[in-house]
Amino acid sequence: MRIGVLAIQGDVREHLQHLVQVGADAVSVRTLADLAYVEGLIIPGGESTTIGMLMQEEGLIGAILQRVTNEGFPVYGTCAGLILLAKDVIGKSPARLGLMDIVADRNAYGRQVASFEADLDIVGVEGGPFHAVFIRAPQIIAVGTNVIPLAYYRDQVVMARQGSLLVSSFHPEMTKDTRIHHYFVDLVARRVMTS
Amino acid sequence: MADKQQGTFTVKAGLAEMLKGGVIMDVTTPEQAVIAEGAGAVAVMALERVPADIRAAGGVARMASPRIVKSIMEAVSIPVMAKVRIGHFVEAEVLEALEVDYIDESEVLTPADDQYHIDKWRFNVPFVCGARDLGEALRRIAEGAAMIRTKGEPGTGNVVEAVRHLRQVNAQIRQVVSTPSGELADLAKELRAPLDLVRRVKELGRLPVVNFSAGGVASPADAALMMQLGADGIFVGSGIFKSSNPEAMARAVVRATLHYNDPKVIAEVSEDIGESMPGLEMTTLKPADRMQDRGI
Repeated sequence: MRIGVLAIQGDVREHLQHLVQVGADAVSVRTLADLAYVEGLIIPGGESTTIGMLMQEEGLIGAILQRVTNEGFPVYGTCAGLILLAKDVIGKSPARLGLMDIVADRNAYGRQVASFEADLDIVGVEGGPFHAVFIRAPQIIAVGTNVIPLAYYRDQVVMARQGSLLVSSFHPEMTKDTRIHHYFVDLVARRVMTS
Repeated sequence: MADKQQGTFTVKAGLAEMLKGGVIMDVTTPEQAVIAEGAGAVAVMALERVPADIRAAGGVARMASPRIVKSIMEAVSIPVMAKVRIGHFVEAEVLEALEVDYIDESEVLTPADDQYHIDKWRFNVPFVCGARDLGEALRRIAEGAAMIRTKGEPGTGNVVEAVRHLRQVNAQIRQVVSTPSGELADLAKELRAPLDLVRRVKELGRLPVVNFSAGGVASPADAALMMQLGADGIFVGSGIFKSSNPEAMARAVVRATLHYNDPKVIAEVSEDIGESMPGLEMTTLKPADRMQDRGI
């Protein structure tokens, strides 16, 4: 199974390594040609303004929108990727996909000094709590009725799913735990089989 | 469920990981910060003067006024970094109180301590430090730095020192990787670096934290050169706002950093961006003018 990591800027290497560890064929996606050959895509953490702007310039925003709308293309956004997937964003908003029925508040957990690590229970991820790393993380402040919350931190949704779209406020690629990458690869596999 | 942990090395080094592949720009006003953000910078460095002007002004260069740092933090949503003098832990405490996102303990400012760097472990805010070689980089990491930038020679618009330092770090990493484990202790002594960090470099085949290039990048091709030589990202100091068209230069450097392996794109972005900053030839610098020799 070939899964892409959007390789404009940010935590690309770590996502690629995690995907390889769970048995996926992991590739970097920089261009429309790269995008055409992947069955799912991870949008990594980084700076959402920078990633959004350069995605726009490469024509990737339109192309991803089309694949999600036409074929339920699976996309997982972590941190900056969550902002790019959110339908609404509080404050200054970068160019983005706006596909998922959530409202994101950028850097709502505060500046870097407020960045933190915490253990979370995640629905559908077995084997005990997941150690999550939040870095200048966005908050999901509202979710639509078609969005399934998968994890909470202090009553706030920090991971959610809507069909083939997955988001998390935190960075699963920053620890050695590959369970969330496994979860996403499963999601891609199931969609590939049913389509 | 366990409560949250803050200020850990993971979250400190983690922010630097998020900046990989990006460009961090020196800015001195909120207006410049907005231009940098609009051009796609992943972070800005808030300063009172860019290095070229610090060089020209002479005298003692200190941390920027909190008023400047705060106004820049209010103007943009991307991370804001700021510089402190080497060893000046009170300037660092001030910047931590302002909640800047990263502190650069920088040779661009006049050193406050000619013997010791700041004990960076006791801060919640992460630090980036300059280095000219692997030993220097690992000494800074041992003091708690969560990000490294090769020093280059700031404010010169001349990339030669940036190239020299990055090549040096990479050559020494290759040396560590090819040295048998039993001989690493000797090599660590030679590098004047802690053995556990030298072991870690051997394991990873790279530095244990992100390494950006700094000090002399003045054109899109310079930025792409440093990326091709293996930098994780680029600091541009005077190179943006000392050029004739900062907005165009900023965008071009960002795009060249992304497409560093594609000469066609670099050619395209290098058109119509005005003049790069005027540069300085290294041999014209007196020993006292060489910022890279501070805090080694």
